[in-house]
Amino acid sequence: MSEATKPVVKDVTTMAAPVSLKFRARAGKDLSRFLRGMKERRIVGRVCPSCNYVYVPPRGACPTCGCPMGDERVLPETGTITTFCIVNIPFEGQKLKPPYVCASVLLDGADVALFHLVGGCDVNDVRMGMRVRAEWVDEADAELSLETIRYFVPTGEPDRPLAQIREHI
Amino acid sequence: MKQRCAVLGIGQTHHAAKRGDLSMSGLVREAALRALEDAGMTFDEIDAVVMGKAPDFFEGVMTPELYLADALGAAGKPVFRVHTAGSVGGSTAIYAAHLITSGIHKRVLTIAWEKQSESNAMWALSPKYPFSPPTTAGAGGYFAPFVRAYIEFTGAPEHIGWQVAYKDRIHALKNPYAHLQMPDITIDMVKNSPVLWDPIRYLETCPSSDGAGAMILVSEDVAEASGKKVAWVHGTANRTEAILYPRRNQVLPRAGSDCAKALYKEAGITDPKREIDTAEIYVPFAWFEPMWLENIGLADANDGWKMVDAGDTMLGGRQPINPSGGVLSSNPIGASGMLRFLEAAHQVRGTAGEHQVEGAKKALGHAYGGGSQYFAMWIVGAEKP
Ligand SMILES: [Zn+2]
Repeated sequence: MSEATKPVVKDVTTMAAPVSLKFRARAGKDLSRFLRGMKERRIVGRVCPSCNYVYVPPRGACPTCGCPMGDERVLPETGTITTFCIVNIPFEGQKLKPPYVCASVLLDGADVALFHLVGGCDVNDVRMGMRVRAEWVDEADAELSLETIRYFVPTGEPDRPLAQIREHI
Repeated sequence: MKQRCAVLGIGQTHHAAKRGDLSMSGLVREAALRALEDAGMTFDEIDAVVMGKAPDFFEGVMTPELYLADALGAAGKPVFRVHTAGSVGGSTAIYAAHLITSGIHKRVLTIAWEKQSESNAMWALSPKYPFSPPTTAGAGGYFAPFVRAYIEFTGAPEHIGWQVAYKDRIHALKNPYAHLQMPDITIDMVKNSPVLWDPIRYLETCPSSDGAGAMILVSEDVAEASGKKVAWVHGTANRTEAILYPRRNQVLPRAGSDCAKALYKEAGITDPKREIDTAEIYVPFAWFEPMWLENIGLADANDGWKMVDAGDTMLGGRQPINPSGGVLSSNPIGASGMLRFLEAAHQVRGTAGEHQVEGAKKALGHAYGGGSQYFAMWIVGAEKP
């Protein structure tokens, strides 16, 4: 083998090939209505005309019945933590500094829990059944996103009994 | 007409955090060649190949079944790829079994794999979804709230998680293929390991593994002509459910219990607690052992943790669970379901080696995936169904 054709590296066993993907997400008609509500710091759910369940964020069709969703319903900004996780683990691409709490929050009057963040208290004080309310970002920072709710904070009301939340985790 | 199906060959890789000695092709080939050797066959005799792995974006290699066809001797033969998230290893084996029971083929190679060292599953499972807060934090972040709910609603003491984690690592010491080999493991080590996704601790969590599992499934005439001891397929079942709907029970998902009921019916099992000698179930986090025991009817409601506490699920116990060490000891994600299914087959053939359950006649293999949405199960037996 001549000098010119000699391999530069002896054994190539792996090759790192970084890939990336840029994309534009379109919310669609039904989610867009919810997101416009968020920008106005209002939580707009929708009611299924068949099973009467209230969905938030709303879907175009009811996942239970398959029928188109019915009327809008503005929901209160209060709810109950049905279950949660304290994230202690650091990982690549993480947006928040651990520890932080991710929780299923069942808004008063809703039939599906929202998965969101909990703040305004020590992570070790969060409980299943704890009453919380939405803490909004400033009006100027409100976006077409569920992130317009900064996180949920404890209201200080008595906890709801576990028996009342066990179907909504 | 429904034909009988038997497991004639079983093969798996030595699972490890990184099999740097093998490419993805080499990895699947190691498992496939071991399965063929066990069956006393060559690639030439195989009619069709059924492959499965977890979503392609885990390794960033799209539709790998196409280029792996060469490594698996599949050129010119029917090749199928199954997609059911983490349960895929189980669903893949079931699809292969159906190619036999339907009478379409007589000798099918089925294989599932994952090369986690070429990916970052924690990153892949933590996307920032548009219009949403950053609440994703890997599989642990998704499942921890349901583990918490199980503990809260059953009143299970926290040592149950430590005990399952300890038990599966002790079992793994009897399995030379298992990734984690922790001869010094103690319950205190689990207890004192950091809490990653409260309430889940580090040692209550599965590892990231490179690995593959394969089986040669054959028709009754081929099984009998081989003169070898086989595992007979007594029943298979798949069920799925949506990720979000009102009053969905993610601790005990309906798809899981419906799947188990259909499975027992097909296999003619009326009392699974007594008739099934051992089970390999998909337990990526220790607490899923008691949860799934209840979900698939191997324990009564709220009693799964009591079975663990009583030592029933240890090798030598009443109904050993995951004698191979389970997902908690090896987790090549796509292969993990296949490993559960092939370990069940080992048990009823009496070829499990050191982790053999004495006299096992019927064994259950179980896999789940997605947000507890996809379930795949089979029962294999030492005798013909
Ligand atoms: Zn409906």
